[in-house]
This record gives sequence, C-alpha cells and structure tokens, in this order.
Amino acid sequence: MFGKLTLSDIPYNDPIIMGAVVSASLAGLVIIALITYFKKWPYLWHEWLTSVDHKRIGVMYIVLALVMMLRGFADALMMRGQQAMAAGADHGYLTAHHYDQIFGSHGTIMIIFVAMPFVIGLMNLVIPHQIGARDVAFPVLNSVSFWLTVAGAGLIMISLGVGEFTNAGWFGIAPLFEKTYNPGVGVDYWMWAFQIAGVGSLLSGVNFLVTIVKMRAPGMTWMKLPLFTWTTVTTNVLMILSFPVITGALFLLTLDRYLGMHFFTNDMGGNMMMWNNLFWMWGHPEVYIVVLPSFGIFSEVVATFSRKKLFGYVSLVWATAAIMILSFTVWLHHFFTMGNTVNVNIFFGIATMLIAIPTGVKVYDWLFTMYRGRITFTTPMYWVLGFLTIFVIGGMTGVLMAIPPADFVVHNSLFLIAHFHNMLIPGALFGYFAGFAYWFPKVFGFKLDEKWGKRAFWGWSIGFLVAFMPLYVLGFMGMPRRMAHYDTMAWQPWLIAAAVGALIIGLGILAQGMQIFVSIRDRKKNVDLTGDSWGDGRTLEWMSSSPPPVYNFAVIPKVNELDEWWAMKENGTAYQRPAEYHDIHMPKNVARGPIIGGLVLAFGFAMVWYIWWLAIAAMIGIIATVIIGSSHDDEEYIIPAAEVKRIEDERFEQLAAALEEKKNN
Amino acid sequence: MGVVLLLGTVFLSSCSNMVVLDPKGPIGSEEAFLIKIAFILMLIVVLPVFVMVIWFSVRYRASNKKATYKPNWAHSHKIELVVWLVPIAIVAALSYLTWVKTHELDPYKPLESEVKPIRIEVVSTDWNWLFIYPDYNIAVVNHLVFPANAPLNFKLTSASVMTSFFIPQLGSQIYVMAGMQTKLHLLADHEGTYLGQNIEYSGNGYETMHFDAVATSQEEFEDWVEKAKQSPDKMTLATFKEFSEPNINYPVTTYSSVAPKLFNHIMMQFMGWMGGSDHNMNMTDDMDDMHHMHSMQDSTKMHEGHGAMTMPSDSGDVHTKTMEDK
Amino acid sequence: MNTNVSQNASVHTADAEHHDHGEIRTFGFWIYLMSDLVLFSVLFATYAVIGFNSAGGPTGKDLFDLPYLFVETMFLLVSSVAFGLTMIAMHNGKQKQVIIGLIITALLGLGFIGMEINEFVNMIHDGAGPDRSGFLSAFFTLVGTHGAHVTFGIIWIATMIGQIAKSGITEGISSRMMRLSLFWHFLDIVWIGVFSFVYLMHVI
Repeated sequence: MFGKLTLSDIPYNDPIIMGAVVSASLAGLVIIALITYFKKWPYLWHEWLTSVDHKRIGVMYIVLALVMMLRGFADALMMRGQQAMAAGADHGYLTAHHYDQIFGSHGTIMIIFVAMPFVIGLMNLVIPHQIGARDVAFPVLNSVSFWLTVAGAGLIMISLGVGEFTNAGWFGIAPLFEKTYNPGVGVDYWMWAFQIAGVGSLLSGVNFLVTIVKMRAPGMTWMKLPLFTWTTVTTNVLMILSFPVITGALFLLTLDRYLGMHFFTNDMGGNMMMWNNLFWMWGHPEVYIVVLPSFGIFSEVVATFSRKKLFGYVSLVWATAAIMILSFTVWLHHFFTMGNTVNVNIFFGIATMLIAIPTGVKVYDWLFTMYRGRITFTTPMYWVLGFLTIFVIGGMTGVLMAIPPADFVVHNSLFLIAHFHNMLIPGALFGYFAGFAYWFPKVFGFKLDEKWGKRAFWGWSIGFLVAFMPLYVLGFMGMPRRMAHYDTMAWQPWLIAAAVGALIIGLGILAQGMQIFVSIRDRKKNVDLTGDSWGDGRTLEWMSSSPPPVYNFAVIPKVNELDEWWAMKENGTAYQRPAEYHDIHMPKNVARGPIIGGLVLAFGFAMVWYIWWLAIAAMIGIIATVIIGSSHDDEEYIIPAAEVKRIEDERFEQLAAALEEKKNN
Repeated sequence: MGVVLLLGTVFLSSCSNMVVLDPKGPIGSEEAFLIKIAFILMLIVVLPVFVMVIWFSVRYRASNKKATYKPNWAHSHKIELVVWLVPIAIVAALSYLTWVKTHELDPYKPLESEVKPIRIEVVSTDWNWLFIYPDYNIAVVNHLVFPANAPLNFKLTSASVMTSFFIPQLGSQIYVMAGMQTKLHLLADHEGTYLGQNIEYSGNGYETMHFDAVATSQEEFEDWVEKAKQSPDKMTLATFKEFSEPNINYPVTTYSSVAPKLFNHIMMQFMGWMGGSDHNMNMTDDMDDMHHMHSMQDSTKMHEGHGAMTMPSDSGDVHTKTMEDK
Repeated sequence: MNTNVSQNASVHTADAEHHDHGEIRTFGFWIYLMSDLVLFSVLFATYAVIGFNSAGGPTGKDLFDLPYLFVETMFLLVSSVAFGLTMIAMHNGKQKQVIIGLIITALLGLGFIGMEINEFVNMIHDGAGPDRSGFLSAFFTLVGTHGAHVTFGIIWIATMIGQIAKSGITEGISSRMMRLSLFWHFLDIVWIGVFSFVYLMHVI
C-alpha cells in the first residue's frame, strides 16, 4: 500500500530535523489558518492559484524563490556552524550523514528552487511589459510551468521530514549516487525534484522565447530590444538547448536506479564519467541561464539611475550572444583533473578564458554608462555597484581556475566554493534583488523602503566578503569541500570567520524581511501614481499604470526607438490618451496548472517510495488533464471597449493629478 | 573595503599555512607560480574597475551639478576598442601560458631526474588508502613514505566510488576511478611530512581520508623499506577483501608482501565490459601498457576523457575480435 | 500616446489575434521539437559512448534481425505517408476521409509498436534485458524512448479522432492536426537515425 514507506522513515528521534520539520509545518499551518479565518480561499484560488496572468504568476514565482531561499540559507548556516566547530576532537553538532545531506540540499535548492524561480519570476513580471505585449505566448503553459516548479519544491520539502535527502551532492556524484552505494531514498528525492522542476523550466524557456520572437510590439526590431529582454532571449535559448540534456541524464539515472541498467555504474559497461559530461553540458549553460538575465537587469538599472543611455548597446548585445555560445564549449573545465590528455584540457581551458572577454567588456560598458551621467543612489543602484566591485574578484579566480595546471591544486577545494559563490551571489542574486527593488513599484504600485533596502545591501555585501574571502584562503590551505569534520586545526579560525560572515548575511536577509514589512506598512507614503515609478524609466514597462491593468496596454504601442518610453517623454508624446479603444481578448484563468502540479507531486512522491498504484493513478490523471485541457478552443474572455475606456479614464484622471502634483513640487 | 584590507593583512600573515602557495616540489612550485602570475596579469583589468566604480560614483553623483551630463552619449569607438582589446590581449597571454604550462605540467608526463623513480600503486577504498610499492613488494595503509628528490610515479585506481588523490604541497591532484587507471608524477625536493588527502567527496567516511605523506632521506627510506619487509602482516587477496569493506580510519599498517598483481586484480573487478572472461586474464599482463591510452587520446574526439571515455570503444574492438574468435 | 500610434495599432483586431494564435502555437511546437531532438541526441551520444560495452553478454550482431526490422520500419514509413494523405484530405475539408486516414495511421503505428514490443520481449526472454550490460541499457533506452513517443502520438491521434468526430474540422483542430503531423514526421526522421545508427552499424 505505501511501498517502501514506513513510520520508521520519519526521523522523529533526530531533534535537529524534527525541530526544522515542526517549525516549517507550524509556519505552514499558521498561514493556512489565517487564510481560512479571513475566508480568503476562494480569492486565493480564483485570483492567484489558477491565474494565467503573467504578472501574478511572476509574483508567485518570486514568493516561492524567497521562501526557498530561507530554507537554502538555513542549510548554509548549519554548514557554516558545523565547520566552525568540527575541528580535531570536536565533531560538531551534526553527524557526517546529516551534514552530507545538507550540502546537497543547499545546492539543489539554491540553484533549482531559488535562482530559477527568481529569474523566471522576473521574466514573467517584466518581459510582456517590456516588449509591449498583453501576455505570454502560452498563458496556461506558463501556469503549468510554475506549478511543476512548486511540485519539485514540495518534494524537496517533504524529504526533510519523510525519509532523507541525497548525500551525493547537488550535481550528483557518479557512481556514488547509484543504487549499490546509495540504496536509500535520498538520491531519488533529489532526482525527482530536480527532474520535475527542470521540465517546468524547459517549458518556460519555450514559452518566453516564442513570446519574444512573435509578440513584440510593432516597430520593435531586434536591435531595439531592451537589454533585459535580450538577455532573456539568450537565457531561453540556453534553456531550450541545455535542459533536455539534464532531463535525459536524470532519466538515464532513473533507469539505473529503478531498472538496474548500466549507464553511470562503474561496472557492467556503464561509464561514470559520462554523467559528469552530461551533467555539466547542462550545468555550465545553467550558470549563464541564471546569470545573464541579471546582467540584463544591471543594464536597465544602471542606465535608469545614471539618467543616461546605456553605453555600448551593440557591444552588450554581442557580448551576451558570445557568452551564450561559449557557454556550451566549456563544460569539461569541471573535471580537468580526470586525467584528460593535455590538448583536451588546453582546449577547454582557453574556451573558458574566452568567456572572460565579453564579460569584461560588459563590466566596462556599465561603468561607462555611469560616466557623464547623473547618478542617483537608490537601492537597485547599490546592488549594481556592489555587484561590479565583488563580481570582478570572482571573475579573476574563475580565469585562474581555467588554467588546467592551476586548477589541479585548487579544484574541489574551498577555493572553488568561494569562486562560484563569488559569481552567483553578486552575479545572479544581487541582480535579482536589484530587479526586485526596481520593478516592485510597477507590480504593486508602491516603492520599497530605501533605508531597509540599503541595510540589506550592506548585510549581504559585507557578509559575503567575510563569509567567502576566508574560503579562498582555505582553498590555498588545501581544505577540501564538503568536510563534515577535519583534523587540521589551522583551518578553524578561517571557518569561524566564514560563519560570522554567514550571520552577517543573515542580518541582510532580516533587513529584507523588515523592508517588505515596513514598505507595506508605509505603502501610502511611497505610492506611485504615474506608473513611471522612478521618474527616469526608459523602457515600455514604465508606460502603463502601477499596478498595471490586467491587459497591460489598452492600445499596443508602436516602437520607434531603443528606449521608447524615454523618447516619448523627450518628444512630448508620453501620457497621451488614445483616440479610441477596442475589445481586448484575455486568457481565462484555469485550474489545470495547480491540478497538474498536485498530480506531479503525488507522482514524484509515489516514485520515491515505490508506491506503484499511486504513481500509475497520478500519471493517468496527468495525461487525462492534458488531453481534456487541450480540447478546449475557447479559453478567452473579452474585455469590452467600454470597460477598457472606463479603466483607462480612471487611470488618466489619477495620472493628471499625479503629474500636476509633480510639477508643483 | 576595510574588511578586505583586514583580511588581506591576516592573509599575508598566515602564508605559512597556505600549503598550495608553499610548495615543496617542482610541480607544486610551477603551479603556485602560475597562480601568482595569472593573478597579477588579471589585475590589469580588475584594478581599473575598483577605481572607476568609486571615481564615477563620486564624480557623477546627481548632486554634483558641475560634472558634465551627456544623457545621449552612448558610444565611443576609442573606448570600445580599448575595452575589447585589453581583455583580448590578456586572455591571449594567458592562453599562451596555458598552452606551455599545461604541456609542461601534464600529470602523466614522467619527471626527468637522475634519481631512479619510485613506483607507487595507489588504491582508494571506502574510506582508506592503500599504497603498494611493486618494486619492493611491500604495501602500506593510510601512510605514504618516499625519498625526497626521487621522482614518484603513481598509478591509481579505486576499489569503490570515485576519489581524488591530492598532496597539496607537492602539486597536482588526479581522479581515482574504479576499473580505470590514472597516472600522476610528483617529486618532493624537501624532506618533511605533508598532508595528503582525498579531495573528491566519496560518501560518509570521506572526511577521514587523509594521510601523512612523508618525504625522507634516501637512507631513511631504505630503512623504512627494510622494516616494512619484517612486518608480520601480508597483503593477500583475503586481507584486501577485509580491508576494502567500508570502514573508516583503518590503522596505519605496513605489509611485508603483496598478492601478485593486486592492483590489476582490483581494476579487473570492475572491467566486466572488457569482453569474455578468459580474455580478461590475457589483458592483465598488458595492463602496464594502458598509459598508451593517453597519447592515443589525441586522435579521438576532443572532449573525451582519458580512461573514462575511450576505453569502452577500445574494448569494443577487443570484444568484437573475441566474438569472431568464437 | 498620440492618435497616430493608436491608428497603427488598431490593425490588431480580434481576427488577427486568432490567426496569430495558431501561428504562435506552431512556432512554439517547432521549438519544442528542437528540444526533443536534443533529448534524442543525448540518447544517441550515450549509445555512441557505451553502445559497444556488452560486458561479455550478447552484442548487436547476435541480437538484431534486419529483415524483421525492415518490416517494422515500413510500418512507420507507410504510416507517415498515410498521415500525409490525411492532411491533404483535411485541407479539402473531407471529414470522413480524415477520420479514416487517422485510423489507418494509428493502426500502422500500433503495428510498429507491436513489433517493437515483441522484439523487446524476446530479447528479455533470451537474457538480453536492459540490465545485462551498458550496451543493452543504451539500446533499450534509445529505442524505447522513440517507441514511447510513437505511443504518445497514437494517443494524440485517438484524441484528434474524437475531437473531429465531435466538432468537425474547426480552425483550432486543423491547427492541432498541423502540429500532430509535424510530430509524426519528426518521429519518422528520428527512427531513420535509430535504424541506421543503432541497428545497421552494429550488424554491418
């Protein structure tokens, strides 16, 4: 009936795990109780969970990312705590087996359930707006993608309290993750959560590429695309080409583990290094999938707050395209130490260094955007400046490790850990935070509190340096990654410093929480009535009201310039009422997304625990939902022209008052 | 910035602990030098970024109305040329360095020396190290002894999952994989006791997989070998079976004899794919020639790994022949 | 916005939007097919790497029966022709012919799947199952994944038969038929790859 699952799989005798489970479930219960008490379930279901509106899906993606970031950060604190203690005679507070699961879940969560949903959430919020479209190409598919990501995240959260998580790392260590060496359910949880979320991301990639290729406003040629849209295009291409590789590789691992096949085994004709090759053929492009959109955000933010056109737009576009292509030619640098022949290592080493060229160009283009500008130091701009300063250190260590013989002495050490956090925290996460602060007023109609935003910035930046610079040192001291305990006492002071750094980052996260709380409390004070929240917006998203109407644009704008909205403001064509309105077709909300998400979660759980009847039932349910759903032709409703006119009249009244007030100030 | 400076000071003061930058052999020295020179080269691109971030932020702040404001200035051929060409030049220099040094520091390349090389066969298990000295017919667990200034020729394989063999102060690490053999050549030019370890996560006992790598004088080494030969323990197939069961911190033990071709035997356990079983036996004798794979590799696909990716297709040929023979 | 802008934009009427939908979906489907092709490339690459690792077990030469495979292949190729004719009938608006054409396509597809399953069952029965060696794992996975796609295509055909019988050839249905036909021909092309790369190369 329940497959392999028995009561003894719940680790109720481990106080640390049970503490986490109880607090997570309590938080969940409180939220559910509050929703029930305020009778918000119908609202939540009709307006949010079943929504196919890209703005709402975007918000839900980001909420998911932030919640999962708390979980991933808790993992980080636990690891830092363990390593700060577990030297010599002291074995810390975690068993090796527990510690080994934490580094796997930290990595998996941060990449798959924080970076990916955050980046896809921002795309959802911004892309249709920036290209002058009313929605994405496939709104229902968009909802399904989101719910697949939720299902994956759900599976990983369940693994906390039921069973265990993988101890074979976030990227899967062959052949350690094979049934022979890892008979438990940990690897299965990791595999299915990863697989499910990966399929969701793949579908998002298809969706947004089609949206940008097919649904740009008239006149928006490729070289008039805002840079965030450009970076999204490249990210989508990377997703479409690389995600099938990981889907395939995880599928092969599934066959190994469930049907005893021999793809990545170390005997019977399997080939364990094939896993490394396949994984990093996805894994390296994945780095750029999460980083490139951030580069797009930095480009938008730096131009807006320097009140100046982006320097070297063409260079930036080409640099982005170059990074996209090069990202497929470097995967082997993840295992220079495999005993490859010299020329293979040299090829991949030099290919890796080449990426530094377009990246360096980008950094200088952003700097020259500031040159001869009028810079206002808002929170998003803080994140950009922090990024520029810290990111280049990571770039430097990255090129260092691209030299194979140099990599031979730092590979797999904490130097490597410091390096990729040095790329991903400033390179990706700071960008998301900048984008979050930058577009928040567009989505909600009020700005985030600046004071707490800047406190968060300092917490993250200083915390980052204190937490990760010691890891570079520890790398030079020869400390391997993933140590649950060590005997070299000289490492300990540096690990204590790193733990302090993690706590400072924790302060930054607390400040972010405070920022959201304070901003909602003072929302009247920071309200944005013009829609051009920062006053210096350059691209089309600043044209509509904040928050925008469900259809984004009453009339689709015609684009003549790269920074169309800025140009409209310059030549006085901004804020003008159109002569007439037309009926607008919008997609209806459907329940297919959450239904499929729920069924997929059941399927994943059933597969992890070998509950075959449930797996089969869930699979049949999924196929039936897809078939029934695909048979509907009519999934749109019409907003009549008169209703559009009413909404827009209201908006223009508000706008007139706001502009009047602005003039008086 | 203050934090960086502070860390920088502490960093410099604890250099003696930074084993990677305090090498005790030619390979490690070259690699440490490479890190330093690459670091300095890259500062050419990176330092201006720090300067410009601060300079532009101060100079072009909105409140400074004196500064030039050119909202539509967004292109300059001169600047573009510089920001593309400087990184290209640096990467070109680094590429040249990479080309030369990667060839020079190939872990498979035997070191030139007048001293006779010491051959050591390394086997990683869950979660211990076995070092076999085929020339002396002795073995030792979790402890490595060798004379300083003699080239060390390592052959490595795993009796379980993948590990990575690394003595930071001597230089290069190399992966250790079951059913395959990798090679590594190192040399210590100072006597001393160095940290040796597994640096690839391999399961629950991974963090215990470190050992002392002791570089002695020639005489001390010979004494140690003599003493090892007196040891009552012998590394037979049965001993190895017991030793390779998953366990941690297996006590340091020397063995006065080693089962013949134990290393090849361990590799063979995983090499079912090589073809028919009788054929495996014939292969055993040829195992020493396996390093030819390394040079053969160049003619095969670029991205394929050494032992990992080519041997299968190789064995395919072998296997086809076997089938025809039948 | 000035009046100029709104006049230009007013070409986006309801009709135009509907027309766009079909085109956008077909473009999206092309992109999906590209990503599916990447998935198959992974399986082909896997086969290239471990396809000769027979671990002392049977090899392709021992197992593959070319005449049998030729018949199997013909089932799929003829089904593609049948689908092509079905599409012509659909463009001529002949509902009955379309349904008959789809049924013939599905039956030929079922014949192909039936032969494949029979081949698999025989191999497993002879001790050459997917867990026997790296070669057989790669073989069963590549061929089986293609077979799963064909099976999914047959389910899709069945759904379309139901929809056409219920509501005739509407705009939405003909646009879906377009994509189904892309899918079916795509599977044909992949099979040509499987046939030459997996079977022929191992036998010759």
